[in-house]
Amino acid sequence: MAHDTAHHHESNTKRIWTVFVILSVITLVEVILGIIKPDFLTETSFLSMSLLNWIFIILTIYKAYYIAWAFMHLEGETKGLRRAIVWTSIFLISYLIFILLTEGGYIYEVYKTNHVAWDF
Amino acid sequence: MEATVVRTGTEGKTWGGGNEPLKASYGKLMMWFFITSDALTFSGFLAAYGFSRFKFIDSWPIADEVFNHFPFLHGVDAPMYYVALMTFILIFSSVTMVLAVDAGHQLKKGKVTFYMFLTIIGGIIFLGSQAWEWKNFINGTYGAVYTEGGNILQFIDGDGHRVALSDIAVPEASVRVEHEARNGIWFESERSLPSYSIEEVKAGFGENSDLLIRTQMVNEEGEKTILSREESVAKLNSEAVGVIEGANLTRNEYGPPLFADFFFFITGFHGFHVFSGVLINIIIFFNVILGTYERRGNYEMVEKVGLYWHFVDLVWVFVFTFFYLV
Repeated sequence: MAHDTAHHHESNTKRIWTVFVILSVITLVEVILGIIKPDFLTETSFLSMSLLNWIFIILTIYKAYYIAWAFMHLEGETKGLRRAIVWTSIFLISYLIFILLTEGGYIYEVYKTNHVAWDF
Repeated sequence: MEATVVRTGTEGKTWGGGNEPLKASYGKLMMWFFITSDALTFSGFLAAYGFSRFKFIDSWPIADEVFNHFPFLHGVDAPMYYVALMTFILIFSSVTMVLAVDAGHQLKKGKVTFYMFLTIIGGIIFLGSQAWEWKNFINGTYGAVYTEGGNILQFIDGDGHRVALSDIAVPEASVRVEHEARNGIWFESERSLPSYSIEEVKAGFGENSDLLIRTQMVNEEGEKTILSREESVAKLNSEAVGVIEGANLTRNEYGPPLFADFFFFITGFHGFHVFSGVLINIIIFFNVILGTYERRGNYEMVEKVGLYWHFVDLVWVFVFTFFYLV
C-alpha cells in the first residue's frame, strides 16, 4: 500500500490543522463547563446521570472520533478494516460498561439499605 | 526434500491467495490488532473505575477539590487548568506526529525529523507534568483523619474553607516514636508516622470552637456534608482512629481508598504508555536521521509509531473526562 501511495500523496496539512482547532475548542468548552458548572445542567438528570456529564461524555466521543478518523487515518482505510476496528471495540466496550455500571449501582443499593453498617 | 506444490489452480480466484482485501500492510494491521486489544485493556480499567464509582456514588471525591494545583500559583484554587494544559500538550504532540507522517508520505526527510523532534519533546513535557501531578496527589494539601470504617473526615473553618492539620494540631509531649527495624525482635519496621497524631488533632479541634468536620458524603446539592459543631466533636472523639496526609495505596485524604488506587493505576498505566511511546519515537527519530527510511523508499514506520502515539492521546481524552470532568 505504502509503496504505491508514497509517490502521489497529497498533503493533508490543512485538514490536520482544522482538526487540531476542533479538538482544542472542544477541550476548551469542556474545561469552561467544568469550571462554571451551570446549575441547570447539573440539576437536570437524564438516565440517572446529570446532563452536564452526558455533555462531557458526548464531547469526548466526538473528540475520539476526530482523533481516530483524521489522525489515525481511519477515514482513508478500507471499509472492512475500519469496521473491524470500530464495531468490535464499540460492541465490547458498551457491553462491559453496561454490566459493570449496573452491578456497581446494585452494590450501592445494598450498602445503602443493608442492615450492616459501614459508616463507622 | 521434494519440491512443494506451488500451483493450486486457484490463482486469481477469491481464496487463491495474494489478495489484500484490507489494502493495509502487515505491520500496520498488526499495530491495529495491538491498539484494539490495548483499547480493551484500558476500557477494562476505566469500566472497573466506573464500577467502584457507582458503588460509592455518594461518597466519591469531587475532582475540582483534589486536582486544583497549578505551577507557581501556590495556594491558589485552580481546578482543571493544569490538566487542561496537559491535554493541550498531548493533543499538540499528536498534531506534530501526524504532520511528521504527512511529511513522510512526501519523502521530506528534514520535515519528518523536525516534527518527530517536536513530538518527542511534547511527550517528555507531558510525562514531567504527570510526575508533578502525582507529587501533589501523594503529598496532599490539608490532610484528614480516618475512621475505623475507613471513611475520611476533613476539617473546615466557619467560612467553609478547608483547614490543614498543621493549623489544628497541638503538639503534645508524649509523642509516639516510629518503630524501626533495629528496635524489634523481628526486624520489621512500620510505615512512617504522620506529622501529627490523632490525639494532637483531637486536642486542637477541641480548643478551636470555629472548626467543623466535613464528611465524605455528598449531599443533594452535590457538595460534601458539613456537620454541626456538636456533631463534629462527637464524631471526631468517638470514631476517628488515625491521621492521613496525602495518598498511598491503602488510604488517602480525599475519600474512598479505591479513588487513589485507580488514580495511580490508570494514570500510571497511561503514563507508562507515554513513556514507551517516547522511547519508540526516539528510536524512529534516529532511524529517520540515519536515513533508514530514505533508503527504504517509504516512511511507513513513522506511520506505525504514529498510530501508537495517537492511541495514547485517544486514551488520555477518556482518562481526562472520567477522572477530571465527570
